[in-house]
Amino acid sequence: MPKVRVATTSLAGCFGCHMSFLDMDERIVGLLEHVEFSRSPINDIKHCEPCDIGLIEGALCNADNVHVLKEFRENCKILIAVGACAINGGVPAMRNNFTLAECLEEAFLDEIGVDNPQIPNDVEIPLLLSKVHPIHEVVKVDYYLPGCPPPADAFVKILTDLLEGKEPSLPKDMLHYD
Amino acid sequence: MTSSYQLNQTDHLLHVLFNEQQKSLHISNAAITSIAAQLNLPRAQVESVVDFYSFFHRTPRGRFDILFSNCTSCGDLKLMQQLCERLQVKPDNTRADGLVSIGQTSCIGMCDHGVSLLVNGITLTSISAQQIDHMAELIEAETALAQWPASWFKVGNNIRKEGLLLASSFEPGGALKAMAGRDGAAIIDEITAAGLKGRGGAGFATGMKWKFCREAQGDTRYVVCNADEGEPGTFKDRILLNSHADTVFEGMTICGSVIGAKQGYLYLRGEYRYMLAALENTLQQRREKGLLGSNILGLGFDFDIHIVIGAGAYICGEESALIESIEEKPGIPRIRPPFPVTQGLWGQPTVVNNVETLVAAARIVLHGHHWFVSSGTWQSRGSKLLSVSGDCARPGIYEYGFGITINEILNDAGAEHVQAVQIGGPAGRLIPADHFEHRIAFEDLATGGSFMIFDHSRDLLEVIHNFARFFAHESCGFCTPCRVGTTLLKNGMDKICSGHGTAHDVDEMNRTAALVSRRSHCGLGMTAPNPIRDGVKYFPELFEARLLHQEMEPEFNLDASLEEARNLTHRDDEEAHL
Ligand SMILES: Cc1cc2nc3c(=O)[nH]c(=O)nc-3n(C[C@H](O)[C@H](O)[C@H](O)COP(=O)(O)O)c2cc1C
Ligand code: SF4
Ligand code: SF4
Repeated sequence: MPKVRVATTSLAGCFGCHMSFLDMDERIVGLLEHVEFSRSPINDIKHCEPCDIGLIEGALCNADNVHVLKEFRENCKILIAVGACAINGGVPAMRNNFTLAECLEEAFLDEIGVDNPQIPNDVEIPLLLSKVHPIHEVVKVDYYLPGCPPPADAFVKILTDLLEGKEPSLPKDMLHYD
Repeated sequence: MTSSYQLNQTDHLLHVLFNEQQKSLHISNAAITSIAAQLNLPRAQVESVVDFYSFFHRTPRGRFDILFSNCTSCGDLKLMQQLCERLQVKPDNTRADGLVSIGQTSCIGMCDHGVSLLVNGITLTSISAQQIDHMAELIEAETALAQWPASWFKVGNNIRKEGLLLASSFEPGGALKAMAGRDGAAIIDEITAAGLKGRGGAGFATGMKWKFCREAQGDTRYVVCNADEGEPGTFKDRILLNSHADTVFEGMTICGSVIGAKQGYLYLRGEYRYMLAALENTLQQRREKGLLGSNILGLGFDFDIHIVIGAGAYICGEESALIESIEEKPGIPRIRPPFPVTQGLWGQPTVVNNVETLVAAARIVLHGHHWFVSSGTWQSRGSKLLSVSGDCARPGIYEYGFGITINEILNDAGAEHVQAVQIGGPAGRLIPADHFEHRIAFEDLATGGSFMIFDHSRDLLEVIHNFARFFAHESCGFCTPCRVGTTLLKNGMDKICSGHGTAHDVDEMNRTAALVSRRSHCGLGMTAPNPIRDGVKYFPELFEARLLHQEMEPEFNLDASLEEARNLTHRDDEEAHL
């Protein structure tokens, strides 16, 4: 039986979700019997090929995030929003209380110790969106894996359910955060 | 909290804050501190109340503070726009010279009067485009409200059809005298035999409510009359308070004697402040006639009534939120049980009844239950006041025996080419034309009395959109399903109405709607998705016609959201666009 192809990426995230994914420790060996990875920071493959499952960590904060997200949506049969940033905007969305100009001026012009103050405008640098958005505002998302980060067990559970052809469902203790 | 039992109405936090808002046009930090000290309340409580109620402001409003109703029946925001343009002021902003501020507010209960608004808390009705120009001149000239044309402030009754309650005359004290020789239990039996159910929406049996309260353990008891009448499209309590205030107060007094209360409160919505002086006057007359005060009519019981005035919060119509509001707190619904009948105001057993329920109760005591059951159906006894508004020739109050069909009402109101009727307000049901044989009754279409008519000239999606905005605005924010869900539903309607929605968005709204109804803490959230659910169910073609035929459309314009960054970096290369 061909292996199920999985791709992962981090948009505006802290990689904490990926670290938690790897926290499944030796269970990843069992997983790899059924799964192979396409684009992922784990293997440094740069583009997403047609896949069965895409895991997205992080919110949308710049133009590049939007391109990557669209590439994932076009190539992945099932797209999963992973973690608070992808689902709600999370920590990166804290800048939404300010204008983009305020953020950039604070960081590149007004901050103590800035020399040669200027707002970077190199064409290599992706432009920032005026606000940070959760990913479902731009593409259709099939499943949500909540948490900051979601526990390793939750990754195992959702992937196992999908591999077994079941509708994924997380037990209550994996959805409870306070 | 014993001292609160004698809560003095001039010292009520909501009233003190109202006066401060009128005087200083806002409520400053210093004012909060001094009011907290004056009323001996925690500062945080005063602060939370200021922030909760929409008629209180932290930053100054204009010397003329104007709020247009945004109700589908008594509002028209085009006129608000016109006034804003005439006076050169942006909505929700105060003009730089401090003269005027203009904004919008939820339905102000003038649906039978056309476009209406509040100026410094006072109601103006039937506003036309010409009047707006005149009003702009009066404001620019700083003409005092007393010098504005008196006709602008006229609020009529528009009673179109009288039934059981409105047709018969009432002598103040009549029902109290009819109580002589009957004990509380006998009165409860009479009301129970009449089959009276609450007229405020939920339809709980009134006799049973009074009985539960009478039998509950407590140091004292309270009667509360719910005159918050916030459901858009409802204005029947306004007519009762205007022309039948004696009956309302008599109903409260009878309830007080039956359950053993000494104090009653009328909770009047802030939008009805213009009636306050007349209501206080009626109370005073009743005191002078011995119908309030000690040893009422020699029957050996004491009872008096205070009026507490709200400050622009629909949720305060919910009985436990209303109780919180009387207790000088933000109107956040309590966890129930315990219900108010066992633990209400200041933890004491409390009856909360709608204005119309209390009027009916007083009449039943006077005329007996046989009189009452002569009208209505077997499961819905008596009559119902309907507030009819929207697209019809004769908007106003219609009192019918329960069991009347929608068709008959539309006929009486002179409504033609009707597309749909909203019964019970946004929290009620949207009824399509092929259901017009249905009846107004607890066993068919239950309603608090709002009856809004939409003919074929209306964009029904815009109506549903309006209702979605209403709930998103009025959600008290206490529980997440409602606080977040009502905004998501509003956003969904924003997207669909602006032509950016897809079938996926409709599916998502259905999912959200189901969750909000099922998981919300109080009736507001439980009913908030109704207009969208009914709309999708009965008018799918209206949604369909607005949808884009593609899998998904982003919630925002991607390229436009790079505009700010393009300006800051002076970039316009290919990578600077999406
Ligand atoms: C959001 C919300 C708003 C309400 N608004 C009103 C109102 O304006 N007037 C009213 O009488 N009841 C209103 N109610 C119903 C009250 O909670 C309560 O059931 C009613 O006042 C009881 O009186 P009744 O038994 O005489 O109907 C509202 C309920 C909810 C959930
Ligand atoms: S959800 Fe939490 S762990 Fe995951 S990327 Fe965001 S901040 Fe990091
Ligand atoms: S359902 Fe809405 S109005 Fe009711 S408590 Fe929750 S947030 Fe407040």
